[in-house]
Amino acid sequence: MTLRRYLVLAGVTFFASSGDSLLSYGMKQVGPVSVQHLPSMILAFLNPWVALGILLLLGFFACYTSALSWADLTYVLPATSVGYVLVAVIARFVLHEHIPTTRWLGILLISAGVGFVASGPSRTDMRHPNGLPKSIPEASEEPALLAGVGSSRAES
Amino acid sequence: MNDIYTWIGIGLVVFSSVAGDVLLSKAMKQVGDVAVLRRRMGVMKVVARVVSNSNFLFGLLTMTISFYSLLYGLSWGDLSLVAPAAASLTFVGNAVAARIFLHEKVDTRRWIAALLVAGGVALMAV
Repeated sequence: MTLRRYLVLAGVTFFASSGDSLLSYGMKQVGPVSVQHLPSMILAFLNPWVALGILLLLGFFACYTSALSWADLTYVLPATSVGYVLVAVIARFVLHEHIPTTRWLGILLISAGVGFVASGPSRTDMRHPNGLPKSIPEASEEPALLAGVGSSRAES
Repeated sequence: MNDIYTWIGIGLVVFSSVAGDVLLSKAMKQVGDVAVLRRRMGVMKVVARVVSNSNFLFGLLTMTISFYSLLYGLSWGDLSLVAPAAASLTFVGNAVAARIFLHEKVDTRRWIAALLVAGGVALMAV
């Protein structure tokens, strides 16, 4: 794992938790949305907090798809689930939601799961060891770059 | 009734998220490492390569359904329940789906992680 890849995973965590928090804050201002009045859900986008939350979630999506291009789905999801702790802290101290002890224990268990998966390999399907599918030929002019990708994966 | 609406929202999020995650993951493996591709082709060609992938487009559609379900759930329940419960149950569903559809090696380490997360979700729903 290179520093750039850790930063991408950190981006997934940060954008997802801050985006969810802003969405929640905005939706509480908008009020309950019922199935009978779906247009009111579209109006929710006019709320600035909802709009900003959506922007942050777009940042999450960019980091997430980037991470999925070089790591397993079952690695990316738990490795970035440390965001639940962030969400709980934001919900408690910014949104002033009450969080009971059992819910804090649940968050602790989820965090322990992160530790388990993060210490393992990031990719188990090694059919394309240079990170590219067969449809793209090897780049002979960039041997150092491809060697770097291969070795970082072997280390992780 | 709010509880029922909250859990219906969570259920919708989980189902559509698992489908979306699996499709997106499959698409991005077909595309290749975007950092390597970006250096070789440039950003625009990489973006074009991603958005022309059919799995990506279907993944985007199911992710959109998941997003609307999340908005629906959040308007009924607390963020600290809806967001982690939906995402964690999605994670467990993904462990099964990734093994079946993506042929990932979901080993003991990853199953333990799945069980820890599932336990965490159970505690949070009490």
